[in-house]
Amino acid sequence: MTNPTKRIMEMEVVTAQAFHPLYTLLTLRCAPGTDPELPAMKPGQFVQVAIPDAPHTFLRRPISINYVDGNEMALLVRRAGEGTSRLCDLRSGARLNIVAPLGRGFTIPGQQTGRLLLAGGGVGIAPLCFLGRAMKAAGLTPEFVIGARSDADLLELDMLREIGEVHVTTDDGSAGEHGVVTCHSTWQLGATIQRVYCCGPAPMMKAVARLSDSLGADCEVSLENMMACGLGACLCCVEKTVRGNVCVCTEGPVFNIKELTWLD
Amino acid sequence: MARLSVNIGGGLTIKNPVLTASGTFGYGEEFADFIDLSRLGGYIIKGTTLNPREGNPYPRMAETPAGMLNCVGLQNKGVDYFIDHIYPRIKHYGSELIVNVSGACVDDYAEAARRIAARTDIRAIEVNISCPNVKEGGMAFGTTCDGAATVTRAVRDAFPGTLIVKLSPNVTDIAEIARAVEAEGADAVSLINTLMGMAIDVERRRPCLSMITGGLSGPAVRPVAVRMVWQTAKAVKIPVIGLGGIMDGRDAIEFILAGASAVEIGTANFVDPAVTVKIVEWIDNYCARHGVDDINDLIGAINQ
Repeated sequence: MTNPTKRIMEMEVVTAQAFHPLYTLLTLRCAPGTDPELPAMKPGQFVQVAIPDAPHTFLRRPISINYVDGNEMALLVRRAGEGTSRLCDLRSGARLNIVAPLGRGFTIPGQQTGRLLLAGGGVGIAPLCFLGRAMKAAGLTPEFVIGARSDADLLELDMLREIGEVHVTTDDGSAGEHGVVTCHSTWQLGATIQRVYCCGPAPMMKAVARLSDSLGADCEVSLENMMACGLGACLCCVEKTVRGNVCVCTEGPVFNIKELTWLD
Repeated sequence: MARLSVNIGGGLTIKNPVLTASGTFGYGEEFADFIDLSRLGGYIIKGTTLNPREGNPYPRMAETPAGMLNCVGLQNKGVDYFIDHIYPRIKHYGSELIVNVSGACVDDYAEAARRIAARTDIRAIEVNISCPNVKEGGMAFGTTCDGAATVTRAVRDAFPGTLIVKLSPNVTDIAEIARAVEAEGADAVSLINTLMGMAIDVERRRPCLSMITGGLSGPAVRPVAVRMVWQTAKAVKIPVIGLGGIMDGRDAIEFILAGASAVEIGTANFVDPAVTVKIVEWIDNYCARHGVDDINDLIGAINQ
């Protein structure tokens, strides 16, 4: 019990913005009467959210941290099933029980020696936003490469543009360049890419990992394997790595692609 | 405050009846940020085998109504790694440490138990003859009286401390298996391990788990577990440790009333990492509300 880093927190929804049929942005603060200060949280870490009033989805849902602002924390939730739908339908004032922070975050370089590209799509932009903010605060210059199905599915663009340059691709060509994230012309500018960070659907992350490898750039990806405990106890969320099966919840969710077996 | 200490066999007394179920509590240290581990009756280390095991491929878990399926497959670094690297780190927690031991063959069980006896101060082991997720050993031993008796006899010779045998519910008559291991010197039985189950992703027409089938746990299995504890407690003289879908103090008392001397908390740890201590407190409060001075007076105490 000495110096706990993880906490179980009773939190309150400050705002619930359902800005897209599939996505809701929840901002949360510690519930009145509890310690208002959030524990230290790093970009790439996640939280485990108990689903209120849902007897059939009794396991918590792992959600990555979108950003932390003082004593408020934001979670971008995608409506994927019954549990996340409950979260998307919450209103301000609702209570949530949260275990946080969990996992290891992204590696932020001490100094910039080349481009730092943050590539992602869908709900995957949430941890990239947090990462971009931290990089900017550290005096680095991150750039985003964001892919979506179409213009209407591009999320939090304004927030990302405040952090750094945003390169966009859409599957239907309705915004940015036509195609998927790895097709964007920015990858081929010739300037050295120091490191790539990716969070998105598995096929996107695998494609970005291969591209980064071919460009000689270091690459970190954030996995979303299905989890039960989030604490390294149940061993359900394992990913095969060069060290054998390891828990994504404690050894990840961020992995350097050199640790994974994707490029074999 | 009521007396909460209970005997779990072989002369071993634990400070209260709340233990954790193997495979749901890691090595305890994963929960040290949330609870004071010394407040538990004890905790059961996840399935340990003689040799390291990688476990089964991902996906290993599927959520089901009021429960979950898993097919982890006893991933662990082996008994020597446990003794040399993990045990020194966790033995100071002030809680009774019980190691769950599994094996692919009878000799593996016995050798792992022998090493624990020789190189640690651990006073109790739980022998897992009921894991549904491994190809060899595991549940194969737990579904026949002969198999269960053979493993128990071999481990009994290898381990002088308290020997708990964890039983499989995937049998026709669990009481018969309990009697078979009691006759071979088991000090206690714990039940139930997970129920064999299966779930299918109908959109993709694929099983949800890499091994197709897995073990069902969580509140969905609780009534089956309570029934089996009740049947077993009537059939044997040794202590019965009850588990299966215990989510709170009420559920724990239900197992004790059915005849369990102690309980193990499993899947609930995934939902609330602090649930075990809340259950200890709830039990104490229940005893106060019901004027019970000694938890032992509640074991099997249902009115019929």
